[in-house]
Parts: sequence; structure tokens; C-alpha cells
Amino acid sequence: MKREPVQPLFSTLPKTATGIQGLDEITGGGLPKGRPTLVCGNAGCGKTLLAMEFLVRGATQFNEPGVFMAFEETEKELTTNVASLGFDLDELSASKMILLEHIHIERSEIEETGEYDLEGLLIRLNLAIDSIGAKRLVLDTIESLFAGLPNILILRAELRRLFRFLKDKGVTVIITGERGDEMLTRQGLEEYVSDCVIVLDHRVNEQSSTRRLRIVKYRGSSHGTNEYPFLIDETGFSVLPITSVGLTHAVSSERVSSGIPRLDAMLSGKGFFRGSSILVSGTAGTGKSSLAAHFASAACLREERVLYFALEESPSQILRNMRSIGIDQEPWVNKGLIKFHSNRPTFYGLESYLTLMHKAINDYKPEVVIVDPISSFIVGTNEFDAKSMIMRMVDFLKIKGITGFFTSLTGAGSDLEHTSINISSLIDTWLLLRDIELGGERNRGLYILKSRGMSHSNQIREFTLTDHGVELLDVYVGPDGVLTGSARIAKEAKEKEEKLLRQQEIERKQLDLERRRRSMLAKVAELQDEFEAEKKETLQAITIEEERIKSFQQQQVNLARSRKADTL
Amino acid sequence: MGNKKVQVAKSDQIQDPPSNDNDNWVLRLYVAGQSPKALTAFRNLKIICEEQLNGKYRIEIIDLLLNPQLGRDDQILAIPTLVRKLPEPVKKIIGDLSNTERVLIGLDLLPRF
Repeated sequence: MKREPVQPLFSTLPKTATGIQGLDEITGGGLPKGRPTLVCGNAGCGKTLLAMEFLVRGATQFNEPGVFMAFEETEKELTTNVASLGFDLDELSASKMILLEHIHIERSEIEETGEYDLEGLLIRLNLAIDSIGAKRLVLDTIESLFAGLPNILILRAELRRLFRFLKDKGVTVIITGERGDEMLTRQGLEEYVSDCVIVLDHRVNEQSSTRRLRIVKYRGSSHGTNEYPFLIDETGFSVLPITSVGLTHAVSSERVSSGIPRLDAMLSGKGFFRGSSILVSGTAGTGKSSLAAHFASAACLREERVLYFALEESPSQILRNMRSIGIDQEPWVNKGLIKFHSNRPTFYGLESYLTLMHKAINDYKPEVVIVDPISSFIVGTNEFDAKSMIMRMVDFLKIKGITGFFTSLTGAGSDLEHTSINISSLIDTWLLLRDIELGGERNRGLYILKSRGMSHSNQIREFTLTDHGVELLDVYVGPDGVLTGSARIAKEAKEKEEKLLRQQEIERKQLDLERRRRSMLAKVAELQDEFEAEKKETLQAITIEEERIKSFQQQQVNLARSRKADTL
Repeated sequence: MGNKKVQVAKSDQIQDPPSNDNDNWVLRLYVAGQSPKALTAFRNLKIICEEQLNGKYRIEIIDLLLNPQLGRDDQILAIPTLVRKLPEPVKKIIGDLSNTERVLIGLDLLPRF
């Protein structure tokens, strides 16, 4: 598991990368190479662990062997303690990458009888370093010498010699020390270690504890001076750089679907920008999580990975609820495309939770991160902290190019456009879900409050949850305002009725026309019949007349014949 | 280290004085080269043993510069360190043994106050 050494933010003296998540970023590349670094803090703040991880990462990632000189714990105890963090010291010892040595000092067994020095310790260190060619060394904690050896004057002189010896050896050393009342360490170890001093702290605020790390001093190198939260979990240490983040991230112009065609249409037809941050705010029960579920499913359809931080519901509860509106996420979960992280941030403390999120995101490498809802980061009066935390989270996602989808619960009665955490300026696309109360009922409305970098719809859409997901519908804007729900349905019915009436009118007119045409035709037929009849009569009459003329002529001939008239 | 005039820190001189079969005391002196402190410690040790242990002792001298790995088992940090291997329990006395009273207390030859 080789890792590229972190590119130092600040160049300068040679440094030894620790391999600890985040620490190399804030120290600009690691600890001063070939020099001692003091790590101090109260009991239980993680000094030994930091030191041990420094060695383990050195051995596994940078191929640098290391020696751990334990003054308080035996080899076996140490091995057991760090096994819970996934460090297999037995294996590393066997491959001569790490050497554990327990130095036992017991005041009651030691009688001081005159001049002495600590050559024995130096010889032992020398032997240990040379036996595996160590490049790294941990002394945990050298303060035990003060408890074991009574002569402080000799001890101080010898410590000075010890550190000179270590510098000559060229090993990079971590010395741990217990935090003192006035000084950084009880025994003033900082006076020997002038190169780099790191203070670890463990604070309880609002009943949740946060571990913090601060670099007090780093000679010859610029370094972050803030307190950085850190986390110790099953994979070791991770430090979270807060403010080394600059606004230099590249942005994508690729668009991703929201999972709701109508909503995509409202967002200039294509949906959100990839890598942007999306906020859905609204009062309780307005369907924020449902929108999130749609978005998650759309991402899964694109074969993208979704990391879902559920701060108020368990995964099974979310799955069940989403099934009820026809979104079945279980196949995606089984396929490994959706991963849920369900826990209350108050359980960890804000900083720890952020560190946890960072770790989860780094491990899972999702394309989409959903946080539902970010408003639960606020407990009591930590609004400022929560805002800064969310700001860092948003920045982190942007740098990684991950699309962030956040929901935020707006308290009843509070200003809708005032997100409880005042983070609107961080957000690229803000969808507002609101209740519309009208005609004795409550309906959901959705509109786009803002969406950076695209022309988006300015319309309110009515928003319904059906058994096949979210549907966006047009709303009616009447003289009384926006119509939704039953009022909309009533309006629709009325329109339908009017339409029907008009239809009927048309049909009636058409029938009328038809009838008139038919009556006209009938009249034509009648006239024709009449005409035919008259024609027939007339023709008969004509025939009769012709007969008469014929017979008249015949009679004339006959008469002439009888009178023997002259032939003309 | 190499001051050859005084021969103290050699492993082949461990038996000094020659051991009896019934050594009651086994004392091991850890040094690092023949430093003045080491020489002082050895001198002081011999005097104390002669005076207190009545010939029933054995002194082993271990030079950590020659055998650095031997320091681990007895957890030697300070030089010189005298370890009382026998009789049990193991005791550690550090320094050049110039404070005879502290040495005797350390060897359980004088009661602690």
C-alpha cells in the first residue's frame, strides 16, 4: 500500500511524511526529517497512538523501519492496544520493520550512589536503531526517566546529550510528553525539542468531546496554526485541516438529473450541476427526504455511488419510508451503490463528526453525498460552530467534485428563507419546500430560490407525494393567490365543466346544421317530385292535344272526301 | 574508551577474586568502556565486597560497548549500574558507588531508614 508523499504546501526543510491522514497537509509535508518532534497532551489524548501510527505508516507506506521505545507499556501491551486500530505489530516486528522495546524503570529498585550517566540508554537506543536500520524513533514517554532517576541535574544534562545523539543519528523522532500545568510538558521537555511541537487536546463541549491538534511550533517551516480536529477510529488517526482550503476548486459544467423530470425542467431542463451543493429546506413533513431519495436513485441509475448521512433516521427506516412512495432503494444498497451512515452528530461532537465524514468520503469515494438533515448539527447554542463545520464540509465536497445534497429543517414559524444555519451563501442550488395553507388544508409547494449558473424557473409548483414518487404539478394562480390541493382540484373540475359545456354547444350547432341541410335536401326532393308530376301531366296534356290535332285533321280529310271537295 | 593502562572492563576478568563454589553473592557491574566513573565504581565495589562479603561473592563486569545487547535484559540505562543478581531479589544500584552507605543500603547490608 504505497502512497504518494503529500506535496508540501510550503517548501523548505526536509520533512518526513507521517502518512497520517491530514497531518502531512497541515505540516506541509510531515515532521522535520532527522529531528525530534514533541507531541504533548493530557492523558488519553492519543499521543502514543499518533506516535505508533507514525511508525506503522512509515513501515508500511514509506518503507522506513522504526523503533518504539516504550517506557510505560510492555511490548505485549502495546501490541494489544494498537491491534484494535488494525495495526499488526507482530507481523511488522517479524519483518524487522518495527522494533518494540520496553524500557523498565522502577524508582524503588534503584539506589543512587554517586556519579553516573545514561550511556546505557544511549547504547541501547543505538543498538535498537542499528539493528533494523531505523529511520524513525518514538520515545514514549521519556518523562518516565524523571520519575525513575532522582538526580535531575544529571538527567537534564544527559537528555541534552541524548537529543544531540539522536540528531547525529539522523532519525526522525517523536517524543511524547504529558501536558503540564503551566508548561507544555511537566518536565519541560520542550526545552530539548526545539524543532517541532504538537499539542493534542481533548475537550468536552456540550457533553460531546472533540479531539484537537495544534502545531505550536515548527522551526524553519510555516505551518497551520489553528486547532485541527482529529479522530481516532478503527483505522487510526485522521486530522482534518480546517482552513487550508482555498477557493480554487475546478467546477464542472456537467449536469446531473434530480430524479424528477419536472424538477429538471425547472432547472433549465437539465438538472443540477455536478459537484455543486444543493440545499432543500422546508418545514417538517414537506418531503425533503423524498427529494433526496429521488436524487439518490437517479445517481444510482447513472451507476454512481451515493453516501447517505442520515442524522435522524436509521437506514431501514429510510428504506421503508421511501418504499411507501414507490422508491425502492434496497437493490442499490445491495449493489453497494448506496451506503448509509446513520448516527447522531451529537454523539460524536461536530468536529469529530466532520472528521468521520471526511474519512467515510475518502474511503467510499462517492459521487453524491446526501446529508439529511444538516439542521441537526445544531444543538443548543453551537450555531456558529455548526456553520463553520458545514462550510468546511461543503468546501471539502466541492474540492472533491462531489455533488452535495443537503436538507435543512426550518422550524415552524421561522422565516422560511432563513435557513437555521445561515449557509445559503455556500449553496449553489436552493430548493424551498413550503406549506401552502388554503381552503382548510395544507399542501406542499416547491420553488427554486436560487440556482447559480443556470436560468431556472421562477414558478411555484405544487408538489405531491404519490405511490410512485414525487410529482410536480402546476398551480393555479387566481385572484385569491395560489391554488393548491382541493382548491386546485375544484378549479380543475370547474374548467372541465366549462369545457364540456362548450363542447356540447358545438355539437348542438353541428346537429342543427345537419338537420337544416337535411330539411333543405328534403325540400329539394319534394320540389323535384312536384316538377316530375307536373311534367308528366303536361306531357300527357301535350299528347292529348296532339291527338286532338291529328284527329281534327283526319276529320277534315274525311269531311272533304265526303264533300268531294277539290283537291288543291 | 581505549584507556589500556587499567584493565577492568574485560569479560575474561569476571572471576575476580577467584570464585568459591558456594558464592553467596553475584554482583554484575555494567560499564561502558573504561571511563573514570567505571574505574571508580569498580574500585569502590571491590573495597566494599572485601570488607562486607567475606570472600563469598563474584563480580561480573559487562562492558556495554563490547556487548551492547547485554544491557537489555537487566534494563540498564545508567552507567555505571551494579546489579545484585544473587541473592534475590534483584537490586539495582546506579552511580560510581562512592556513597558507601547508599551502596550498603542498596545491597540490603544496611537497613533502610
